[in-house]
Amino acid sequence: MKAWDAIVIGGGHNGLVNACYLQRAGLDVLVVEKNDWVGGAATSRELTPGFLYSNCSYVCSLFRPEIMRDLELPRFGLQVISYEGGAVFTRDGDYLANYRDHDAHRREFARFSRRDAEAYDRYSRDVTRQCRFIQPLLMRTAPDPTSFRPRDLGELLYLGRKFAGLTAEEMALTLRFWTMSISDFLDEYFETDVIKANFALSGIIGTALGPMSPGTAYVLLHHYMGEVDGSVGAWGYARGGMGAVTKALAASFRASGGTIRTGAEVDHVLIRNGKARGVVLSGGEEVYGKLVVSNADVKRTFLKLVEEKELPDIFLRRVRNFKIRGSSGKVNIALDSLPEFPALPKDSPVYRADMHFTDSIERMERAYDDWKAGRWSADPFLDMMIPTTLDPTMAPPGKHFMSCFVQYAPPKINGRDWTDADRDGFAESVISQIAQYSPGFRDRIVHMEVRTPREIEAEVGLTEGNIFQGELTFDQLLFNRPVPGYAQYRSPLSGLYMCGSSTHPGGGVMGAPGRNAAAEILRDLAKPTPHMSPAHDVI
Amino acid sequence: MTSSDLNWDVIVIGGGHNGLVAAAALAKSGRKVLLLEAGNEVGGAARTEEFAPGFRVSAVAHLLNRLHPDVVKTLELERHGLKVERGDFVPSVALSKDGPLVLHGAYGEVLTGASPSEQSAWKELRAQLLRYAGVLKPFLSRRPPDPGNMSLAGMTGLGQTALALKKLGKEDMRDFLRVLLMNVYDLLDEQLSDDRLKGLLAFDATLGSHLGPRSPTSLLGLYHRLAGEVGGLSGAQMQPKGGMGAVVAAIRAAAEEAGVSVRQASPVAKVIVEKGRAVGVVTQNGETLRARTVVSAINPAAGPREVDTGFVRKVKNIRMKGDAAKLHLALDRPPQFIGVDAADHKGRLVIAPSPDHVERAFNPSKYGEFSPEPVMEITLPSFVDPSLAPSGACVLSAVVQYAPYALKEGWAAGKPQFLEAIMKQLEIHAPGIGATVRHAELLTPADIEARYRMPGGHWHHGELQADQMLMSRPVSGWSGYDTPLEGLFLAGAGSHPGGGISGAPGLNAARRIIAMRA
Repeated sequence: MKAWDAIVIGGGHNGLVNACYLQRAGLDVLVVEKNDWVGGAATSRELTPGFLYSNCSYVCSLFRPEIMRDLELPRFGLQVISYEGGAVFTRDGDYLANYRDHDAHRREFARFSRRDAEAYDRYSRDVTRQCRFIQPLLMRTAPDPTSFRPRDLGELLYLGRKFAGLTAEEMALTLRFWTMSISDFLDEYFETDVIKANFALSGIIGTALGPMSPGTAYVLLHHYMGEVDGSVGAWGYARGGMGAVTKALAASFRASGGTIRTGAEVDHVLIRNGKARGVVLSGGEEVYGKLVVSNADVKRTFLKLVEEKELPDIFLRRVRNFKIRGSSGKVNIALDSLPEFPALPKDSPVYRADMHFTDSIERMERAYDDWKAGRWSADPFLDMMIPTTLDPTMAPPGKHFMSCFVQYAPPKINGRDWTDADRDGFAESVISQIAQYSPGFRDRIVHMEVRTPREIEAEVGLTEGNIFQGELTFDQLLFNRPVPGYAQYRSPLSGLYMCGSSTHPGGGVMGAPGRNAAAEILRDLAKPTPHMSPAHDVI
Repeated sequence: MTSSDLNWDVIVIGGGHNGLVAAAALAKSGRKVLLLEAGNEVGGAARTEEFAPGFRVSAVAHLLNRLHPDVVKTLELERHGLKVERGDFVPSVALSKDGPLVLHGAYGEVLTGASPSEQSAWKELRAQLLRYAGVLKPFLSRRPPDPGNMSLAGMTGLGQTALALKKLGKEDMRDFLRVLLMNVYDLLDEQLSDDRLKGLLAFDATLGSHLGPRSPTSLLGLYHRLAGEVGGLSGAQMQPKGGMGAVVAAIRAAAEEAGVSVRQASPVAKVIVEKGRAVGVVTQNGETLRARTVVSAINPAAGPREVDTGFVRKVKNIRMKGDAAKLHLALDRPPQFIGVDAADHKGRLVIAPSPDHVERAFNPSKYGEFSPEPVMEITLPSFVDPSLAPSGACVLSAVVQYAPYALKEGWAAGKPQFLEAIMKQLEIHAPGIGATVRHAELLTPADIEARYRMPGGHWHHGELQADQMLMSRPVSGWSGYDTPLEGLFLAGAGSHPGGGISGAPGLNAARRIIAMRA
């Protein structure tokens, strides 16, 4: 019976990145995916004829350029189209636009507040410096602060030197950045509600926290670390939807000799004498491998795919305590024509970018209060865009695909599971908000896909529908991610590794966890890694 | 200028307990110290005041739980009248419609009213909390580490902390590093199941700050509480006989014995700055007083403006909007809280029936509103010291959260409604209490600001949250009691390690000044 060199559980983007690097190092790798398609939460599906939806993740920025280059993704069809930053509509019929050009952006701010326009210089400088400090950490394995191994000490020293490279002022800012709420942070720069709301949204997306929760300033950084074509902080659409990312990864993997089995759900990891030996599929078929890498989140991996008795108690306790909370939903809409937003000029670039309707931090925070109380909000926060304005491949001519990311959506409604009626009520809250700013919007809807945390968990397998495979709070970052003592992609079981977003540096379509896990696996196998670019400092 | 003006080595602005501690410690080092207090009486928010004829109460702070042992020792406070006996420690009682749960001894050495499994879970959690707070404890009595300019002392301090961490053992250290910046809500959920106990701890973690139990970093508040000690026991608490004013009196006696001149009713108009150096003060009645060193033991935001703009901008950005109100009730007779026995009425009674309840009480405060079901900590000081009330009558003192400094409707309109909401909660747990109220005094953060000259009415002189702690307190770059003005130092609760009746900022500042030979 064949034994693969490595079996990767789950064909999400991190699983595929991991598989690509392992295969290119000369291993014989099998990816098993439960769905009939690969992609996990980075997928494009045709749910109604002629329309491609980016069903879950919807924009591209965080994906590491080093990985894109290493795995030759452009050669395998990946193309990212960058867009100008969108707008926040205000309730008085105006809007605040974002421009990538700093001076244009500043002028737009000046329409609302001269002081804020001036503060914007200071704000972007401070945030950029923080990104510069944190970005190189994304592609490095977090050191274990309790260890005296030379490697961990070396990494700690690297961190220390990096930190020492900052001025005292920047150090203080760094320390505060990790612990402040985005609301308090923005208060130190800006006075206008809509300008603050405009920035605050990056502090809460995907997170079960409100803009007034300490720690959200860091989440903002996490979202700022992306780049498109070397332009840091830029966002873009993957041509053909987010599935194009995983499609290119799958193609790259196959081109280097890798094998993918779709429709193959793993029932559990095969363990003999405390060592992972392969997987058992839900039909009972055993597939053998010298090592197993799980792209599933840490809870799913160790509470569902591995038997309790195989794991140490302290590890299990920490896995159970891992916070992975559904906080968002998604409404994907097929439109028979481009909706109009009377607030915008006819040919505004905003149509091609992200649009928001939450014009104050208070409205955002109140939506979070609803989440805490176990209900969806009547006034949700939406991150909405119409990718077909830049990528016509996703809809028939003249028609459009609209992606609405919705925050907040609790994993349970008042402690019970979501029902179909809940899901419809949730969708209605979204549609009615858009309709307030776009008359006639309802009549343009051809088809709609509504994803609450229930649907996200059922299809993608993300526990509670958490898009980051675990909250990005300090207790779950760096050496604490996913759990203390196991932040280096290994597990208590020999031969079983983790490569999903539950691991450092966390979620977003970034690919870094998959790559870093591959680096650790190849280190254990003593394989050289000339095909793996080191992280580069770009900012 | 008269010749007497030149007689001072140090002028301390503000006769709150930290100002008194700093003045006393500096006088003991041989300096000639003048302390200027704006009010008619020293003590600030730690005074004992008469709020109704025959009824006296601790003004703001009503429990002694963190007076720093170094302060007690350095100022020999026991010799000056401070009495701390183990028998004076009072329990914490979590009130609930399901009957009370009581933490006896030093923060629940014994827990009653809970199931056996909860008791053992609590035993484990309590030990862990005290262990972790213990790691942080040494920070209380020294200057915060300065990452930009590490001195030998700073390195040694951090080295000791690293060692203390190592001593925890690998797994404990990992847990410590994981939970350090966590929220209290999740931690309680991980380890406990009784809502009453969880509610009490959630309340304690967030007391005095603008955080809810679910806000990340809220666990730090509990560590701050447990890093405090009384009589050598971490987490212990007592109601001082004579109210908090008696503690202040002991500190004042120590200061005066050391030679401090205390002038009351002497508000300072400004600090005199010459060539970038603080050289004295001008009082509001125009008197010029000169000294080599000026110590400001008042709120940093009330401090001098004659400094560089970067510093001023940072000071302006300190978040210091108070979120706690103080209620004083003069009662015709002692109330009976349901299920609470006579002895426990001497304790601290907390209305915070669950962490969710605390979180719900917090929510409106984010928008400048108060909750219809406020959470609070109640003491009945006349149970401990009958002289605080007329015979047969009773004093009730309560700290009520969350009372936003900037109430949307304004406190003039909001106060009666807030009082009504508080009384409704009290009535649930002590039926009939409302009918016995002879006089009620409710101090909102706005009142506390005006009466005790504390901007924002914040008893910590600035939010005690992670980003305003240690090297970021009061502002980054100036966390070690120094200021950009040579000769001017900060010694109030706005400086590390923050508020509460600890005397630590005052003592640390004095030590800094002595070390600098200023």
